[in-house]
Amino acid sequence: MAVETMQLEVARTAARPVRESQFGLMWRRFKRHKLAVVSLWIVGAFYLVAILAEFLAPLDPSAYSARYTYAPPQGLHFFAQEEDGSWHVGPYVYGYKTEIDPVALRRTFVIDEEVRLPVRFFAPSEPYLLAGFIPLSVKLVGVENPRDPLYIMGADRLGRDLLSRLIHGTRISLSIGLAGVTLSLFFGIVIGGFAGYYGGWFDSAVMRVVEFIRSMPTIPLWLGLAAALPRDWSALQTYFAITLILSLIGWTELARVVRGRFLSLRTEDFVTAARLDGASDWRIVTRHMVPSFTSHIIAAATLAVPGMILAETALSFLGLGLQAPIVSWGTLLQDAQNIRTLASAPWLLAPGLCVVVVILSMNFFGDGLRDAADPHGR
Amino acid sequence: MSRLLSVENLSKQFTLGSGLWGKERRLDALTEINLEVEAGETLAIVGESGCGKTTLGRCIIAAQPVTEGRVVYHPKAGQSVELTALSKREIKPWRQDIRMIFQDPMSSLNPNMRVFDIVAEPLRIHKICKRRELEERVISTLEKVGIPAEAVGRFPHAFSGGQRQRIGIARALVLDPKLVIADEAVSALDVSIQAQVLNLLEDLKAEFGLTYIFISHDLGVVNYIADRVVVMYLGHVVENAPTEMLFERPRHPYTELLLEALPIADPTRRKPRKSEVRGEIPYLGNRPTGCPFHTRCRYAQEICRSDKPALRSINGTAQQAACHFAETLDLKGAYEDAGHSAREMAHAQ
Repeated sequence: MAVETMQLEVARTAARPVRESQFGLMWRRFKRHKLAVVSLWIVGAFYLVAILAEFLAPLDPSAYSARYTYAPPQGLHFFAQEEDGSWHVGPYVYGYKTEIDPVALRRTFVIDEEVRLPVRFFAPSEPYLLAGFIPLSVKLVGVENPRDPLYIMGADRLGRDLLSRLIHGTRISLSIGLAGVTLSLFFGIVIGGFAGYYGGWFDSAVMRVVEFIRSMPTIPLWLGLAAALPRDWSALQTYFAITLILSLIGWTELARVVRGRFLSLRTEDFVTAARLDGASDWRIVTRHMVPSFTSHIIAAATLAVPGMILAETALSFLGLGLQAPIVSWGTLLQDAQNIRTLASAPWLLAPGLCVVVVILSMNFFGDGLRDAADPHGR
Repeated sequence: MSRLLSVENLSKQFTLGSGLWGKERRLDALTEINLEVEAGETLAIVGESGCGKTTLGRCIIAAQPVTEGRVVYHPKAGQSVELTALSKREIKPWRQDIRMIFQDPMSSLNPNMRVFDIVAEPLRIHKICKRRELEERVISTLEKVGIPAEAVGRFPHAFSGGQRQRIGIARALVLDPKLVIADEAVSALDVSIQAQVLNLLEDLKAEFGLTYIFISHDLGVVNYIADRVVVMYLGHVVENAPTEMLFERPRHPYTELLLEALPIADPTRRKPRKSEVRGEIPYLGNRPTGCPFHTRCRYAQEICRSDKPALRSINGTAQQAACHFAETLDLKGAYEDAGHSAREMAHAQ
């Protein structure tokens, strides 16, 4: 008896230490993919920006100033040599002065290197709620004198701070990607799961619908759906409506992936074994089938996020996605639509750069995850 | 001995490519199978690939619906349950009594579950016991099949093929079953491991009072483990006889052919190859009329092409065969060669 209990003890302790689990193995393979790891950091940084938007943005994204329309980027400087040759250390930005362009006779802003406006980190500000629930009254950067201009990345047509708008736009654009994929994932798993698990006519019907949806050109379809949204909806309603529209197409790809996995797993012996154990369908699906492809689902979902972000950006750029008071990368890029603005204020293209960086990193990250999730991979 | 299970007139058809407009094509996987399994025996089902032996096993265990006929289980003398007529919910309690061991130990264990959970799963599904008791039962079952207690926290990929098959056996036995269907349970293993697992199955049979239906294509293994052998060809039972009798004197030409193919691990005793096997196995969707075997049978006569022979007892013995000439043909068994029986060989293995 004593020996038996001892063995049980041994067994229990043996069961406890975390041996290389599915995700442990996956993480190890993922880390070998250097580009994917770097991308993960970049994507992580962007999401951090999205979460901390209010704290990081120096100004209110909708605060405008007629005095500083199309003000060029000030940049952020730390070292300066004084007249007497000594060094000034500390953050500052240059001031602005107006110049008349002798050819076009147009008033333009130029950086005035004579004027240095001191900048503070963790500057006090109007109280606000971080992420909607943490009360704070400090910003990451702010000018010493609240009357001084602070346009680190320049200003737009209405003299709004581009950096602040970009940071707030990051929140909207990235979250719409996640929300859209979450919604698509839900539809995809439920519909694809049913199709793959039960097969038969339901499977055929679902797959024909999927093919039909996928055969339609997406932009006109989105345009049509987005144009059907009532104009008097609030910003939040439009946001959710656009998410829904994007995931209406997004679910098809995920449904295919899920269906494929279910089809191949359904005939696996270990699933038959569970069925012969008398397990219910629910138990078979949740305990035996889904755990063996969660990693694939995560990889597929990650790869679907950039598509969503791009779609939102495209729609908003065309003026049919999110509407003006909401700041997203797409709505920001609307300002960069005409060539004359671009020529005089090229900094308005910054949101485009963000889109490129984020989409690329997400794709690399997703590729890395997919390769890591595939045990038969290299 | 009492009867444990009977298969009555079982037929199974698969539907192929029923397109929206195309005509449904059907494939007869099993045709009017009649079988009886006695409590405590080991019944082997043999035949070449595609003869329907696995399908038969799956129909018996209700993993697949049958097209016609019944499978009746007799849990006690005088009690009978028609498994084929039960709904999914109704059959659940009987799943404890009839268990299956799978062929491929690589795919029959869930790669994402620890060994403990794999073996505990049936107990959890049937809500038989909990925590402490469950733990003890799982570990004692695993120890009986030779998996040490300290290995229960590992995932299946940490085990060798033979060990995995032992885990599969533990999963089948943890519910204390009466009938175990072993579908090619050892054919994926090395010969030396095969012997170990076969011996383990024999020991467990004695210990738990099990009945086996042993599906295999390996006559050497069958000779070693089975009390009775059912030979299948193209979804038909062509011969059903006690192992000794079948190996001594087969009554169906197909059985003779199979026995002839039994390798003898001694080059000096190698049998001269008397006859080549004629032809291929006919396609199941396009089966010959008359006796299913007549296209390849070297003794085939006119009657074989027109009339299908029924399975019948030969000279009133326990040996049954489905051949028009079962009584008259002088077919060669496996023990022809002087002094060296296939049975001995199998044991020597």
